[in-house]
Amino acid sequence: MTAHESPKPQPVFIAFQANNDTLPIVEAIKADNPNAVVHEYPAMVKIDCPGRLVIRRETIEEHIGRSFDLRELQINLISLAGSVDESDEEFILEWKTA
Amino acid sequence: MTVEIRTANVKPVRNTFQHLARRFGDKPATRYQEIAYDVQSEANFHYKPLWDPEREMYDKRRTAVVMNDWYALKDPRQFYYGNYTTTRAKQQEALDRQLEFVEKRDLLRVLPEDTRKAIVFALVPLRHYEWGANMGNCHVAAYGWGTAITQAAMMTTTDRLGMAQHLSRIGLLVDGNTGDSLRDAKRIWTDEAAWQGLRREVENLFVVRDWFEVFVAQNLVADGLIYPLFYQQFDALIAESHGSALSSLTDFLVRWFDETGKWVDSVVKTAVAESPENKKLISGWVVKWREAFVEALKPLADATLGNRSEHALTVVLTAFDARAAKLGI
Repeated sequence: MTAHESPKPQPVFIAFQANNDTLPIVEAIKADNPNAVVHEYPAMVKIDCPGRLVIRRETIEEHIGRSFDLRELQINLISLAGSVDESDEEFILEWKTA
Repeated sequence: MTVEIRTANVKPVRNTFQHLARRFGDKPATRYQEIAYDVQSEANFHYKPLWDPEREMYDKRRTAVVMNDWYALKDPRQFYYGNYTTTRAKQQEALDRQLEFVEKRDLLRVLPEDTRKAIVFALVPLRHYEWGANMGNCHVAAYGWGTAITQAAMMTTTDRLGMAQHLSRIGLLVDGNTGDSLRDAKRIWTDEAAWQGLRREVENLFVVRDWFEVFVAQNLVADGLIYPLFYQQFDALIAESHGSALSSLTDFLVRWFDETGKWVDSVVKTAVAESPENKKLISGWVVKWREAFVEALKPLADATLGNRSEHALTVVLTAFDARAAKLGI
């Protein structure tokens, strides 16, 4: 997927270990962020997204079938880029220009 | 010497089983998908069952409900054996701690005698109801079609035995581990006039052949009325005059009801939305069993809730009707 808008916003990314716990998380991110591009590496899933990436608790819960605490993301988190804005409901990654 | 470290990326030939790839595309499947989808045996039944020669061993025609894809009746909790047992084990641990807390402080023993009697009268006989619910869900698990629904029903059977056990333990806390409350409860269940209506309906459910009807009558209607009536309304009555010792024990039952309700709602909603025929059929069952259970619960509510019974029943029924409406019934 290439973004046509210019100037292209700087991408943010988040990378998880690829395992059974993160499958529903990645699915939820894909559902919430149509612009996100998922790269699968050995044992790692890296999700790039131009500008802004939103991870919503509600969507993850739908996919995972139980209640979910966004802090559980940290368990399988490998790395991320972007400034983090975290609440009970959402985990947002974006580059904020000062 | 320089050492060059290179990673080799080996792409798997396939990401999942063929039958799952056909359904969801070739990508890694969740454990729930692996265990629940397309596992039902569908062909090559060599022997007709002697007890039902008109049909095959496993047969979609054991219910009047028709589904294009029976696997649409999935479980939103995504329970399979592994995560089901860990979830329940955790809950059991918390529950044990709660029971220990109440036992150490004799919180139920110190209640006045008539209150203890009321608890034995209203709650402990429900262990027999739970056993009935276990039988009903066994029927669904045995004669249902599609692993998505049958495996969830099988887990529910175990849940129900757990509930019966939990109610027995409440009884033992009340009677100081003598077992008198269990004997009394059995007598109340079989002989006490107020309980006979409910017992009759539980036994009527034993002889219903259509497994989907059993599912609706037991898990949607009967539970939808009995759980809130006893574990919320009756519990609130005791809590008003005697504090929350009992509530701390019924809390798990209420939570379990909420959690399982999600599954029941999703199954019924999907089946109702499938076709107008299904909708008519299921609505008919809900109306029929609602009437039967309400009739059965009236004397019981009078006996356990006294002058509050009418109000309590109205609250429970309003909530139930709203829930049914949401499911499209």
